[in-house]
This record gives sequence, C-alpha cells and structure tokens, in this order.
Amino acid sequence: MRIACPFCGERANDEFTVLGDAKALMARPAATSLEAFDAYVHERVNPAGRHDELWYHHGGCRQWLTVTRDTRTHQVYAVVLSRNNVETAS
Amino acid sequence: MTYSLFSIFRDALAGGERKPAWRDPEPKSEYDIVIVGGGGHGLATAYYLAKEHGLSNIAVVEKGHVGSGNVGRNTTIIRSNYLLPGNTPFYEWSLKLWEGLEQDLNFNAMVSQRGVVNLFHSDAQRDAFVRRGNAMRLAGVDAELLDREAIRRMAPYLDFANARFPIEGGLIQRRGGTVRHDAVAWGYARAADRRGVDILQNTEVTGISVDGGRAVAVETTRGTIRAKKIGLACAGNSSRVAAMAGIRLPIESHVLQAFVSEGLKPMIDQVITFGAGHFYISQSDKGGLVYGGDIDGYNSYAQRGNMATIEDVHEAAMALWPGLGRVRMLRHWGGIMDMSMDGSPIIDKTPIEGLYLNCGWCYGGFKATPASGWCFAHTIAYDAAHHLNAAFRLDRFTTGYLIDEKGAGAQPNLH
Repeated sequence: MRIACPFCGERANDEFTVLGDAKALMARPAATSLEAFDAYVHERVNPAGRHDELWYHHGGCRQWLTVTRDTRTHQVYAVVLSRNNVETAS
Repeated sequence: MTYSLFSIFRDALAGGERKPAWRDPEPKSEYDIVIVGGGGHGLATAYYLAKEHGLSNIAVVEKGHVGSGNVGRNTTIIRSNYLLPGNTPFYEWSLKLWEGLEQDLNFNAMVSQRGVVNLFHSDAQRDAFVRRGNAMRLAGVDAELLDREAIRRMAPYLDFANARFPIEGGLIQRRGGTVRHDAVAWGYARAADRRGVDILQNTEVTGISVDGGRAVAVETTRGTIRAKKIGLACAGNSSRVAAMAGIRLPIESHVLQAFVSEGLKPMIDQVITFGAGHFYISQSDKGGLVYGGDIDGYNSYAQRGNMATIEDVHEAAMALWPGLGRVRMLRHWGGIMDMSMDGSPIIDKTPIEGLYLNCGWCYGGFKATPASGWCFAHTIAYDAAHHLNAAFRLDRFTTGYLIDEKGAGAQPNLH
C-alpha cells in the first residue's frame, strides 16, 4: 500500500503509524458525559468500505494526515493534512 | 457413521467412495436457535448447545462454506499461558477440551501437544515471564522456566550468538501445541450435524429483525429465518452483523497475515515464539514451517496484507533463526481479526433480548474455539454467562473492568 503524502510524495505504508477512525477520534466530546466519552474512546463504526483514518508520518514529515481508504480493497482515495480537516471531520 | 479403524477397512473394501460428512439441508422457516457464522466458534457453539444442553432445532448460517474464515487461516497454535484472572481459567478449560476433542467428536483433528516455548531475551523479560508462569501455576496450568542451555538442547539451530537479542531462556507450556485447523471446523460440523443441527452454507445474513426490543429473525439470502434466540459468532465481520441490529461494537477489523514455507524434513519440534519481536513458528505434519507475526495495523476487510508486514515478519525470523534464510516461503494469506479495545474477547448477552454476542478474539481465537463454543452455548441456553466467561462482558468498557494482558489501552492495533 502506497500513501501519497501531501508533503513527501508517494511513500510506503510502513513509514506511517495508524491511530484509527478519524471521524471518531477527532470528535472529542466534553468530559462531562460518561456515555459520550465511553463511546468516543471505545465504540467504532468499523465499516467495510470507505473509511477516514488518522495516519502519522513518522518516517517523513511527522504530520498527522487524514487518509481516506477503502478497507475492502486498500485503495487510497485521498490524503490531506488532518489539521486542515478538523471542521469537516467533526 | 462412526469413524474407526474398522470403518476405514469397510469403506476401502466397499470401493472407497466418499460420502458427505454432514447434510446440506434446506432452511426451515423457524428454529429455536440460529447461530450466525459457520466457523470454528459458531459450529462449536451449535455442537455444545446440542450436546451439553440437550437442545435441538438449531441452525448455523454461514455466508460461504464451513471453515472458510479464520478457522482455516490461523497458525494452528493452542496454549493457555495467560496472566490475568479473567483469561487464565477460560483458556485452560479450552486446552482441556482440546485434550479430549478427538474422542468427543470422533474426528482426527491431529491435536499435538508438542509444547509452546516463549523465549525471553533480557533480565526484565525473564521477570515478566516468571510472573506469568507463577500466575499460570497458581491457576493450575502447567508452566516451566527453562534456562539458556535447556533451550539450546531443545533448539540448537536458534541464534545463541545474537548480541542484540540474546536468548536467556524460555517459559514452556508442555501441554500447548498445534491442531490441524481445518479438521476442527469439519469435526465440529460433522458432530453438530449428527446431533441434528442444520448447517446452512452459502446463506448470508443480510438483516436482523428486532421487534419490541427482542431479536426475532434473521434475513438471509435464502429467505427469512425466524428464531427464538440468535447467536453471533462472526469474527472479523462482527461489527457489520451487529450493526444490522443497531449495535456499535468496541471493535476494529484488522488483517493478520500468516505464512508457510516449502515442505521440509522435521526441523522444529515445538512451537517457538521470539520475545524480542512478535514472531511464532512451528512445523506442520506435512513439513511446511508455519509462522506469523503482527497484524498489519490498519483497518481492513481485505483478507490480504501488505509487503511491509511480510518484510517485518521475515526480519524477526532471521533474527531468531538465521538458517531460515535458505528456506523458501511457499504461500501466505490474511485473515480478518476482530480486534477489541482491550485485546480480550466478548461472550455476552446484548441490550437486545434473545441476541447474543461472541466476538473480539483479536488474533487469539483459534486456541479458544472449544471453550468459546462451550461458554457461548451456556450463555445462550441459560440466558446468563458461565463463570468461565463472566469477565468477557460487553459493558466492561463502560464499567472499566478491562482485561488488557498487554496494558496497551484502547488502541486495537497494539493488542
């Protein structure tokens, strides 16, 4: 699997560390609701298909990237800087 | 028909024609219990429901053919060398069931208690393994600490001159070993069928009907099947099937690759694991070295992985056993693992009445097959967990009673 990093170009996937579901992890709820925080930490949609994920490019630009990928085929649709994607993700 | 030496001769004299080992029935419109997933865990569940609880009118629905998922995609290792109280008695019960499995099922599953050795490579790791070994012995599980020379006598081909990862010794569970994985699926399928369970292959579940908070039917590609109780044993597809009932699980699906070398003469007598990386290896009766390592680390339903992990696994192989560099890899494959948020499984009721859940096996599901089926059958039959699976609750992520052997936290790709 090759990831087209917006800063470093196309790189092998072992240059990256995967954190998980971008939509779930970037929508951090207020710490006042136990239910919401439990769901945020533990529950995942885990779709078979299109999935937005947080990937950290430790072997390159050291930026957090949002990789949109198909979990059935490993096809990569888009790679963007996560910082620019906060509004649309949450 | 019961298999025996006599039956082999009789069938040979009769021309040796092969007969199906289980029926291929048409789905009935209603069953008392429907198990979704015709893998090891689902078939074992159906078998123990019939055998231990005297229940009948049970069906197993499977989207492909029996054993086409992870029960046929693993590295066949069985062991019960766990540390935490919620895990140890469960896995030990599983190992006990393995020990009597072939007589129980009247099926040769080639259960081979050849021993599982976990190598340690530093003083700190020795301490950790001593602690685990002591916890196992306190729970009545066999564990034995071996020093470097004992390991050398057992496996002289390992790299004892490795300066970076010196082999200091190992923790061995002699009752651990390997089992012919496909035969587990076939054995349970045949034994369940003989007790009247309908095994419905090529029957994919497309929906779960819930009426008034109660699961009442599964929609399948072969029509609606009503059921009083529905058990889900869907491994890597657990999230997708649970979503049909509106349940979101603490699970991510990840791909784990496994590898087999060309056939070789007997080289390695035990299962040996490398403690400085994640690598485990044994040899099948056919001669192929069977080995694997970490999951790839990204969400996947693809049943195939990437080169980076293949390279990583083989680097670990070379660090442990340099002679493997002369061996050719024959084939490799991927299975989809239901990685849970604490690395431990779930066998429990769900918020929906009559719907039961068996998932979260991460990449340790094969060894658990008998006890998973046994405990899930108990949970379904009595609508309550057995004490052996009492810790495997779905709500433990909310209550904080996690079973995290590695202490890695809520990060599925680290378990």
